Amino acid sequence: MIEFEGVGHRYGDRVVLDGVDLRLPERRVAFVGANGSGKSTLARMINGLVHPSAGRVRVDGRDPVREGRAVRRRVGFVFTNPDSQIVMPTAGEDVAFSLRRSGLSKPDRAARAAELLAEFGLDGYADHPAHDLSGGQKQLLALCAMLVTEPDVLVCDEPTTLLDLRNKRRFAERLEGLPQQVVLVTHDLDLLGGFDRVVVLDRGRVVADDRPEAALRRYRELIG
Amino acid sequence: MNGGYQPGSSPLHRAPAGPKLCALLVLATAVFLLGSPWWLGGICVAVVAGYGLARVPFRRCLRMFRALLLFALVVFAVQWWLVSLDAAWLVSLRLVAALAAANLFTAVTRVGDLVAAIERAAGPLRRFGLRPERIGLLAGLTVQAVAALSTIAAQVREAAKARGAEHSPIAVAVPFLVRTIRHADELGEALAARGEGDTP
Repeated sequence: MIEFEGVGHRYGDRVVLDGVDLRLPERRVAFVGANGSGKSTLARMINGLVHPSAGRVRVDGRDPVREGRAVRRRVGFVFTNPDSQIVMPTAGEDVAFSLRRSGLSKPDRAARAAELLAEFGLDGYADHPAHDLSGGQKQLLALCAMLVTEPDVLVCDEPTTLLDLRNKRRFAERLEGLPQQVVLVTHDLDLLGGFDRVVVLDRGRVVADDRPEAALRRYRELIG
Repeated sequence: MNGGYQPGSSPLHRAPAGPKLCALLVLATAVFLLGSPWWLGGICVAVVAGYGLARVPFRRCLRMFRALLLFALVVFAVQWWLVSLDAAWLVSLRLVAALAAANLFTAVTRVGDLVAAIERAAGPLRRFGLRPERIGLLAGLTVQAVAALSTIAAQVREAAKARGAEHSPIAVAVPFLVRTIRHADELGEALAARGEGDTP
């Protein structure tokens, strides 16, 4: 379970988050809000990429600030721009890179990577230059690179922003089928159909926290 | 080194990454020590034979040699003008031999294998407080960065062209610099998210 207790954050004088209290045991949770509402900062705190200026965060009882390594083993993070997430030149190597510290042998890592790529419709792309893949394929690759370590939680920060409609659907379908707890930061309200809970943020504060229909009604009122 | 692995099963592909890297380093050192254009020419011929042995597709070879030839011609002209014709031949042949060999190395070696080989070789440095996996990762990221920066450069040039500013160095250099810094920032964050900053 993910917990935020009195979490606040500032960038210089600018307050980004202010007194956020949340307990998130649900399988599918979304953070929505306008640009600058603090939703990405809140999501980044889950695996310790951003440290809170006030309050504390817990992931299954662990503190991402003090136990970053243990938390990051449990929490995978998919960024908006897959180009910035690709670390190795070919798709297979990039997925296998995530398993560097898994203790698996090199052939086993390559086989596991190829297996997962195939599962995500990227079979035959293991030796393909990762930067030459289409936008949708790159985002699926980024997802594979995270899922190969079998995290308990997957945080996705606006993962469909750069995708066209078809790739957005493909990505959403993949996300829907995952057994992991998923925390999705998004502007794309179409993705939230099957979600258990939607948290709406505005200027660093939680202004709605409900089932998708009710929370999104409040969000629509907020943005006019 | 453009980071473009060319899948294949030739003897050069099957050879382990460590000895291939050592051979490349020896060759690169040799071309800078040799003073005879004939020897250097011989090395260039050997490297070309290596492309044949590795069965690198002709189109890729052509693309690489075209870029290399252009670069070598500029260097040749500058050296001839500033130093002498002999020096121009020597420097150009050295560059062609070293860069063509490095490109061949990346065509027949997976970056993952290169990273593993460097990590193994750097293993003894652990006793001096260095982390071999960081050194290996650095090598891998360097190769990967070439592809990432080429993509950024192409997009920036395209954007400048769309605004009719393709001949303005500022219109290309400023966004390229900004996007490169942002890319480095995001890559660092992505590596942290994948646990790369964590102590083992």
